[in-house]
Amino acid sequence: MADKVIDARGSFCPGPMMELIRAVKEAKVGETIAVLSTDSGSKRDIPLWVQKAGHELVGVIEHKGYDEIVVRKLR
Amino acid sequence: MVQERLSMVVFSGTLDKLMPVGILASGAVAMGLEVNIFLTFWGLLAFRKGAAQSLPISKEYEAMAEQMKQIMAEKKVPSFLDNLRTAKELGNVKVYACGMTMDLFGLKLEDLEDVVDGVVGVGEFITTAKEGKMTLFI
Repeated sequence: MADKVIDARGSFCPGPMMELIRAVKEAKVGETIAVLSTDSGSKRDIPLWVQKAGHELVGVIEHKGYDEIVVRKLR
Repeated sequence: MVQERLSMVVFSGTLDKLMPVGILASGAVAMGLEVNIFLTFWGLLAFRKGAAQSLPISKEYEAMAEQMKQIMAEKKVPSFLDNLRTAKELGNVKVYACGMTMDLFGLKLEDLEDVVDGVVGVGEFITTAKEGKMTLFI
């Protein structure tokens, strides 16, 4: 279970990614954040951002009608 | 390391062409780029205070205008100004008004939306843009 869950379902590209970036900025190192997204770009964009920003992609889970992307803040 | 940068010349003042300006700026910031935006002509007029609420759709897509506006309102799509504000909050995004257009239309910085950082000449924009790999004309 992630430390924080952001429900960005219904928000359009790049909304879910921007909400996640804001949450990661505010989180402590080591914390995990899950973002729920119905935007089809998120599950491709967010892993790229995670790599670029130097965090860890814990997982991308495809639920019925939305995706859950879990990230651990590393720095 | 040289900071990577996306520069955009925003010439168009139609809603459909301004939407990607906010979205591309957000994507660039997310991927660690700086963003340098130059507003000129119709693009600058669209940044006058309050102008964003009543922008037209590009002529060639006019048939879709009502449908697009309806869908955007229904699905609560953020405006290009909101997308730019988010991008500015999370990264280094500078929005500049073209000095020539300002003079031509008798505009002052206080006539423009708060996302606009200042007024520059074309020379300064080009100087900043030439250091980046990506420049778009919208």
